[in-house]
Amino acid sequence: MRSVSPAFRRNWAIHLMLLAGAVAFVVPFYWMISTSLKGPEDLFQAPPTWYPEHPRVENFSEAWNTVPFPRYFFNTIFVAVCIVAGVVVTSGLSAFAFAFLQFRGREGIFNSFLSTMMVPEPVYIISSYILLYNLPGGGRDGWINDYSALIVPWLAHVFSIFLLRQHFLSFPRDLVDAAVIDGCGPVRFIFQIILPLSKAALTTVCLFTFINTWNSFLWPLVMTNSDSIRPIQVGLAFFAQEQGTEHGLMMAAAVFSIAPLLVVYFFAQRQIIESLTHTGLKG
Amino acid sequence: MADLEPTSPLQRGKWGHVMPYLFLLPAAIIIVTFRLLPILSALAVSFFDASFGKIRGFVGLDQYAKLFADPEFWNSAVNTVWFVVGAVPLSVATSLFFALLLRKGIRGLGLYRTIYFLPVVTSFVAVSMVWKLIFHVRFGLANALIEKMGGNPLEWLEEPTGIFELMLRPLGWDLPTWAEGPSLALICVVIVSVWRGIGYNVVIFLAGLQNIPEHYYEAARIDGAGRAGMFRHVTWPLLTPTTFYVVVMTTILSFQVFAPIYLMTGPPVGGPLGTTNVIVYYLFEKGFDAGGNMGYASAVALVLFAVILVLTLFQRKVVEKRVHYA
Repeated sequence: MRSVSPAFRRNWAIHLMLLAGAVAFVVPFYWMISTSLKGPEDLFQAPPTWYPEHPRVENFSEAWNTVPFPRYFFNTIFVAVCIVAGVVVTSGLSAFAFAFLQFRGREGIFNSFLSTMMVPEPVYIISSYILLYNLPGGGRDGWINDYSALIVPWLAHVFSIFLLRQHFLSFPRDLVDAAVIDGCGPVRFIFQIILPLSKAALTTVCLFTFINTWNSFLWPLVMTNSDSIRPIQVGLAFFAQEQGTEHGLMMAAAVFSIAPLLVVYFFAQRQIIESLTHTGLKG
Repeated sequence: MADLEPTSPLQRGKWGHVMPYLFLLPAAIIIVTFRLLPILSALAVSFFDASFGKIRGFVGLDQYAKLFADPEFWNSAVNTVWFVVGAVPLSVATSLFFALLLRKGIRGLGLYRTIYFLPVVTSFVAVSMVWKLIFHVRFGLANALIEKMGGNPLEWLEEPTGIFELMLRPLGWDLPTWAEGPSLALICVVIVSVWRGIGYNVVIFLAGLQNIPEHYYEAARIDGAGRAGMFRHVTWPLLTPTTFYVVVMTTILSFQVFAPIYLMTGPPVGGPLGTTNVIVYYLFEKGFDAGGNMGYASAVALVLFAVILVLTLFQRKVVEKRVHYA
């Protein structure tokens, strides 16, 4: 056992337990992929086989074509891109005001924004539905089953404001004075000084907004009722309910619904972990 | 009280007083219209009859009277409490365990953390779907493993019997209905929720552990403390704020469990025999199913909010008073 380092020999029990944990986290993903490749003869074996003996790649194309998954993907990406762009702009502007400007009611407004964070989504989802239903524009049911219901209420995000404000407050005060002496107005100040210094904070905001939007379920489940609007999570859930016995197709759909985020995760895992644990996530 | 005169040099010119509000306007319009207004009107809605967005008559406190008289509501409340009581300690203990193993620059920390965090970025919908197959009675992985080890297969998500009853039955005990505990089906959902959230809590605990200054451990070592002693007298007390935060956040999130119930249980959702019907699913069903009454569902929402509010306030109180800060 030359090749094993002394540190490892001392910690082998710890590694064993960590490895057991890792297996517990990986196996369900393996099971998802393995089942997604199983055809009828593999699926209905008791006990089940570890890997598909007759791999069936057609599960993916069949799942993709049974219900309008391309449409679901488009809806999700469209909604997520709009929300990310909106959140960056609205939170950036208001965090700028809270951090750098003086005005009446600053603390009061900030605190009333923060107080909304204490109320979880299921509590206001009914009254939100009634509000969106009664708003003008949109379709037959007001904003219900319209992109506006999925996008507009999420265009501002209190925690992003909080996060960016904290970040802006860490800037030295002299920075403002120096900029003003150089004849810098608020708009130039934002674009030439704040933006270049806030890339990391803005990335954090973008990442968690995108991930939370991609994975959000209850809100779009309630606010949509047709395939043309449904995002991927809701489409996937209905697919699972309708194809309850087609395990291969279900898992194929699950695989391609999580694939885009997992690809992003493998490239930016450090930022994603940081971003999500800074800010909290939704069910 | 803020000054009337703008003191920031960025606010020169005659628009200086108005400028801050213009910057706030976009966020304020969204937050006031789509957060504050729905939050404040949730209470008002619960005093009306409302179906599919249309407000009908004023009914006063009738929704609450109906709600508290509905055994189905109490069933979902009890199930939710069981869910929380099961999920929170399991999640906190497991993630603290892994965080303790992972600290002190163990080799492969980054890789382990990446793997443990994987379920956190995966949607709850996909996660629930695969776990439903794992718990499948005939073709599932869970029963395959049990049979391989020589045990009797279980009914998992189709098992309405309480787990205390299941555990004590082989000993010849027969518990009264009220003492049977949460159904095995509900425990399956607990396991899945905990599995999905561990990575998140591990990262929070790791950050908390990093904040404990190394010299405390050195002092303890000089005083002759062993591993257990160091945990009891250094790690545990100094980690209290983190532990407390994790407990409260996990509790608040657990009260809102919805997606895994919706996707793993039934049909009908909440089954078998209503043993996995939780409060948010009850709210969803009463508000949005055919013949739903949104006023009634809003009353459910307010009861949920009351519980979560009490927890939040309790957290603040305890954090102020009792938690040990480093």
